[in-house]
Amino acid sequence: MSVALKDRSMVLQKEMIANHFERLARAPETGEPVVYTFVPGNLTELIRSFGALPVLPEINALQSGMRKLSGEYIAEAERAGHSEDVCTYVKCDIGMMRSGNIGPGGKKLPKPDLLLLSYTGCYTFMKWFELLREEYDCPTVMFHVPYQGDGKLEPEHREYMLRQLREQVIPALEKATGRKYDEEKLRHHLALSAIAEEDLVAVLQAGKKRPSPIDGYFGTVYYVGPIFSAFRGTQEGVDYYRALREEVEERAMLGLGPITPEGPLEGEKYRLVVEGPPNWTHFRDFWKMFADEKAVVVASTYTKVGGTYDFGFRHDPNDPLGTLADYCSGCYTNLNLPSRIDMICQYIKEYEADGFLINSVKSCNSFSAGQLMILREVEKRTGIPGAFIESDLVDPRYFSAANIKNRLESYFQMIDARRAGKTP
Amino acid sequence: MATRVDGGMGAPMARGAVVEWARDIYDDLDFTVVRQWLEEHPKSKAGGYLPVYAPREVLHATGFLPVGIHGGGDRLEIIRGDAFYQSYICHLPRSVIELAQSGRLDMLSAVLFPSTCDVIRNLSGIWKLLYPDVYVRYVDVPQIPDPGAAAEFWAGELRRLLDDLGDVTGHRPTDEELRRSIALYNETRKMIRTLYAARRERPWDVPTEELYLLLRAGESVAPEEFIARARQYLAAVAADPKRQRDNSRVVIVGAFCEQPPLGLIKSIERAGCYIVDDDFLLGNRFLTHDVPTDGDPVRALADAFIRNDMKSSVLYEIDPGGKRSLMANRVAAANADGIIFATPSFCDPALLDQPMLRNGAEKAGIPCIAFKYAENTGQFQQFREQAGTFADSIKLWGAA
Repeated sequence: MSVALKDRSMVLQKEMIANHFERLARAPETGEPVVYTFVPGNLTELIRSFGALPVLPEINALQSGMRKLSGEYIAEAERAGHSEDVCTYVKCDIGMMRSGNIGPGGKKLPKPDLLLLSYTGCYTFMKWFELLREEYDCPTVMFHVPYQGDGKLEPEHREYMLRQLREQVIPALEKATGRKYDEEKLRHHLALSAIAEEDLVAVLQAGKKRPSPIDGYFGTVYYVGPIFSAFRGTQEGVDYYRALREEVEERAMLGLGPITPEGPLEGEKYRLVVEGPPNWTHFRDFWKMFADEKAVVVASTYTKVGGTYDFGFRHDPNDPLGTLADYCSGCYTNLNLPSRIDMICQYIKEYEADGFLINSVKSCNSFSAGQLMILREVEKRTGIPGAFIESDLVDPRYFSAANIKNRLESYFQMIDARRAGKTP
Repeated sequence: MATRVDGGMGAPMARGAVVEWARDIYDDLDFTVVRQWLEEHPKSKAGGYLPVYAPREVLHATGFLPVGIHGGGDRLEIIRGDAFYQSYICHLPRSVIELAQSGRLDMLSAVLFPSTCDVIRNLSGIWKLLYPDVYVRYVDVPQIPDPGAAAEFWAGELRRLLDDLGDVTGHRPTDEELRRSIALYNETRKMIRTLYAARRERPWDVPTEELYLLLRAGESVAPEEFIARARQYLAAVAADPKRQRDNSRVVIVGAFCEQPPLGLIKSIERAGCYIVDDDFLLGNRFLTHDVPTDGDPVRALADAFIRNDMKSSVLYEIDPGGKRSLMANRVAAANADGIIFATPSFCDPALLDQPMLRNGAEKAGIPCIAFKYAENTGQFQQFREQAGTFADSIKLWGAA
């Protein structure tokens, strides 16, 4: 029965994504407007309320990484003058565009009618859309989400976001789509979001169980895919998360571990919390290194870049624009370092983790700058030694399997030694 | 160890003496001039700011000596700082951490971290954790020139800074006091514009090495002292004209945050280039026009930022054609022959901007070269050869 349920959620996701990219491919003929935006701070419900289709360039880049296309795309961008030092998502996206803009669905992606630059938690986003604007020559609207430098959303920052939504973002969407803002439609999408978010949180928090029925990092990047991208606020999203929740709850009830690329993981040995994005070019190899050691990631921070729902946030249809501001402000990379450390420490405690690992990616200073401080501080507060490995998002040149495997094996041996009382 | 030159700030001073005064301050990583100033002003405090833009007027009005924190350059061995940063993150933050962890920044009661990039943003969080007794603020400037919401947001941020910094010093300034600080920084920026104009007109008389040292000193001393020294320098320059050489005129682009080692600036000049415009220490002239000194001073500062026409990689470019035309505009304004993109390694703002800027420049027929540096780069031969070849090629073929 669990296999059938798992299949249902996977089939649903596959169908949803295929349909979405099919609609995108046909958008030039159907006239459906297309809005490019980013995962953290995405305004999907608002975009949907205008009848527009969202495109998330990070998702396209990571898909290119998983499909082993990113290396050539990055090379294409570097040949065009982009530095080897900068974000490989950006270069992968630009390289893909220059190579015909064939998206993850295997069909050409449409040009944007609007670049909605939700400037949330990542400086590079600003440059990314300036660069895309050069290529597409299309309208761009900037939505500045103030960083939570003091660890909280200030009321005046919220007001600033509300004014930008009313005075900049909504008029830009009206102009790009030719449709008027309809708050009732927005409320409808937000209500659907809240339902899906409730089910997603149940899935995420299943990681607290022993054994964990989910992998809170490798497996969960698939789980968060729909809600982080085009499907928040849609009925498909609601159906997907309900099916997923049922599947996970059943696995938990049966005492089963997570599904990995090698099959169900039995005999959970290590429970880890992971900070930082995964490597996408060797995603399965990377996951296998953990699964082979019976290591399960019970919680991760990367799976919160598109929203920190497990800390209580839900989209609120009763406050349609305010809730969008609250959502954007609370995305993980918009939180300051002390808040990130608090979150990790809380995960370690509540998910009863016995290990903590940082995957530091070269591409992403928003995540990576300060991670050595995070490591030190989390070790100090929890008493749990951490591990630190380095890779990249989608540049295959920066994934050294042997180095990472060695480091992981040493780390697991250290956890064993601590359990045996051989080290302090 | 640098010591402040006391007295005689209105008196004539030889060019070499002003430059040596500035060089001593530049070389002194213990910030002795700041410590001396604090001894002389026991009721005041020192407030640091990182690149690029921080509202120094607010620090000044609340009783702080604003102090630019620009790392240790090639004069500091990094021991502790490398433990905080991976190899693929730029050099500046590890050098700033090194300064702090070695106690060289212990005179700072507040540090402002401008919204330059994610590395400096996250350094604000590190600072909060390492130095809980120091006031730390991430300065998130508005990204669009909107006189409504963005100006209101920035005015709110400035008021918050005034309150918080005033709490640190115990001095919440009156409007009139803030206006006086604004006027003082208007004068400072006017002096910097004068220095830049002098170099643009007579780069043989105002070598960038000297100008840079003077501006770096200005990041550690009171604005009045900087203005006085700059006046002395300009007077000395006028009294001591140099011979014009057949050099190429270049704009240096991309060095607005992590600063190049002085040796790199000297190497470019000695390779046959007159630097006639640059991004060095850009925050000191970020506001390109005077801030009004009447009306609500907070609103005046906020509106000045919104109306500002400074184009920078650390701000969103609202004009779709802005990146394409920027280099041509700067080259024309400086009457330059070419552009050297001199960019710190791993600098997101500069390196992500560079393809757009360079494309625009090359489409306008402007010769360009590019290289990367780190603030602690110690070997300059390759830069000298590159810049020398570039200068020669401009002279040989530039007019074609």
